[in-house]
Amino acid sequence: MSRINRYLADTLLILVIVVVFTSLLLLLVGASPHEAFGHLISGSFGSWSKFSRVLNVWIPLTLCSIGLLYAFRAGLWNIGVEGQVVLGAIGTVGVLRLGIDSGYPMVTLFLAMLAAAALGGGWALVAGWLKIRGGVHEIFAGLGLNFVAMGIVLWLIFGPWKRPGIASMSGTEVFPRELWFPTLEGWRVSPYAIGIAILLILATSWILNHSRFGLNLKAVGHNPRAVVLFGLSPQRYLLIAIIISGALAGLAGGLQVSGIYHRLIPAISSGYGYLGLLVVMLANFRLLPIPFIALFFAALNVGSIQLPMMMQLDSSLSGVIQGACVLSALLVFGIRHLRSRGPGN
Amino acid sequence: MTSRIYSFLRSVALALTALSLAPGASAGDEGLTFGMLLVGPYNDHGWSQAHYEGGRYVEEKLPGTKMIYIDKVNPADRPGLTIPMVVDDLVDKGAKLIIANSDDMKDGVREAAQQHPGVKFIHISGDDVLTGKATDNLGNLMGRMEYGKMMAGFVAAMTTRTGKIAYLGPLINEETKRLAVSAYLGAHYAWTQIRKKPASEFSFKVSWIGFWFNIPGVTADPTQVVRNFIDTGHDVVLSGIDTTEALIVASQKRQEGKDVYAVPYDYIGSCDSAPKACLGVPYFNWGPDYLGIVRSVMDSSWKQAWTWNGPDWRDINDKDTSTVGFATGAALNGENQAHLDAFIDGLSSGKINLFTGPLNYQDGSVFLKAGEIATDKQIWYLKQLLKGMEGASQ
Repeated sequence: MSRINRYLADTLLILVIVVVFTSLLLLLVGASPHEAFGHLISGSFGSWSKFSRVLNVWIPLTLCSIGLLYAFRAGLWNIGVEGQVVLGAIGTVGVLRLGIDSGYPMVTLFLAMLAAAALGGGWALVAGWLKIRGGVHEIFAGLGLNFVAMGIVLWLIFGPWKRPGIASMSGTEVFPRELWFPTLEGWRVSPYAIGIAILLILATSWILNHSRFGLNLKAVGHNPRAVVLFGLSPQRYLLIAIIISGALAGLAGGLQVSGIYHRLIPAISSGYGYLGLLVVMLANFRLLPIPFIALFFAALNVGSIQLPMMMQLDSSLSGVIQGACVLSALLVFGIRHLRSRGPGN
Repeated sequence: MTSRIYSFLRSVALALTALSLAPGASAGDEGLTFGMLLVGPYNDHGWSQAHYEGGRYVEEKLPGTKMIYIDKVNPADRPGLTIPMVVDDLVDKGAKLIIANSDDMKDGVREAAQQHPGVKFIHISGDDVLTGKATDNLGNLMGRMEYGKMMAGFVAAMTTRTGKIAYLGPLINEETKRLAVSAYLGAHYAWTQIRKKPASEFSFKVSWIGFWFNIPGVTADPTQVVRNFIDTGHDVVLSGIDTTEALIVASQKRQEGKDVYAVPYDYIGSCDSAPKACLGVPYFNWGPDYLGIVRSVMDSSWKQAWTWNGPDWRDINDKDTSTVGFATGAALNGENQAHLDAFIDGLSSGKINLFTGPLNYQDGSVFLKAGEIATDKQIWYLKQLLKGMEGASQ
């Protein structure tokens, strides 16, 4: 079998395991798996409005995931994506607040996106710097920084950026229409945001697989000691990788603000940072499957709202399915790995 | 081997295709389909459950009508979800009327109403009609819970031994301020006019958690806040939040031997989980108002309005007519029950109007001059807590 065929077979096998497992779970609680899967599918792909909601999840999730790929290439576990998304959102809100009534909404939005990438990248740099200069493992640095980011966002919402006369964790004042990411009549998703996501996927594909930087990054990830012999500075590559990773996550946060919520809320990241880690693991740390897996996860997230609405089932089923996907993927990849090394093959 | 795998995969693919053809939603019977967005769980024993039961009441009274509800509509419980998106979905499923039950949904409902001019919207607790921000398919509805809160404060002050009453507040806005103030006025009245005790021996403390219910890591934890109230000598806790933590904690503290009580909020059945600690509950009875709204949408007589309905004073607990009621709890003693009945009579006849001056705001500025009676708008847009209350005003 060719590599593609093998990958497709693996994917289908994973799906089968997940469908069987989830169906058993549904039968256990007395619900019809047929109906539940039907609602999941029609609830995510059933109409343009629903599919546009899926895209609204897909865009930030994909950005987080491809960002993570840079870090993984360099051998880094950037657990701090979640915080980088939040910081990106903060950067965007900060710029948009200044840009109210400026008369240049598009310029403001552009600057807000730059600020999102800059703050996300900067926040990631802190984790990278802690690793290189302080010897703090990036997993712990990332987790810690996630909590700090959450603290900052809560403080801003309840303090300096609160609505006049109101003290609520609901979020800040909604921005005026002209500072929303532009969209088309009847669309619930911004074509600009889709464009940005696709451009960044293509750019990443080129950078990671065809550019000198990508090759060097891979080398650093595989053997940081050896690359020194070729005159490369592993530390510099680690920092650049984590900054790109953070910038993409920050951009995702910026789009959450300007495209979806139009204000700052405590849950602005929607958990896409952590979900992105699952996407990348399921993709076996490769770029090509990421947009598709992210689309699948996004569809599950959006479609699962039908379960409580139509069947009075808890929508956390989508989380169960996502978790089952990753576990069975690890299982399938693991078994293949063992068999490829085992006797008689 | 390979061909067997392929045939297996083919059958899986077929099965998946079959799944994708599963039944969609059916809509468009004779009756009206209405959608309801609940900010919390439909069974929260509080705010959201009261709305949910109101919707069920409509279904019962008007056979053929159908409610589609979606609960936990808030970004913490459902990441990535926004109000316009859920509304799109409900409209797809045939909803001609959408009821949104939270202040938190204000901006989203306004946006959704613009996108669906053919659908009627009711935003509970909002004021977009008053402020002119609403499109003409969006109306507001709220109950005059001020009366319920006065009764809650009244029973609290009649019962307290320490003279220290605590109010577990959600977030700070005009609604929550006026409700906390109403509870304070009821309590102050009971303490000074019925029990004839000096105001100096009375304290009323408000703590805000930051949202309508607990969001771990985001709001203050209401369970901790109530424990803290009780540990600092407050023996009656009034709840202003959507859920029942105040009552649960009071009940636990009673088992530890403390003589403490709570007054929950929102839902007629709130006391059930701990009747011995419950002095009573001021509750919303949305059924009759929802019934009227659904009927008017069905016969096309619906008109945009900002509606603020009070109790039916003939019987505030009449479930077919009264928007606001007060269910007495098992812990309220007979003597205080009689005082409460007299108090309700006084409110009903207008002999007692607690929003009468002189009343000052917390910062000392004048809210109502001596003898001045507050207008609806003055109460609705209350600026601060009152002098004599402890707690933040913004």
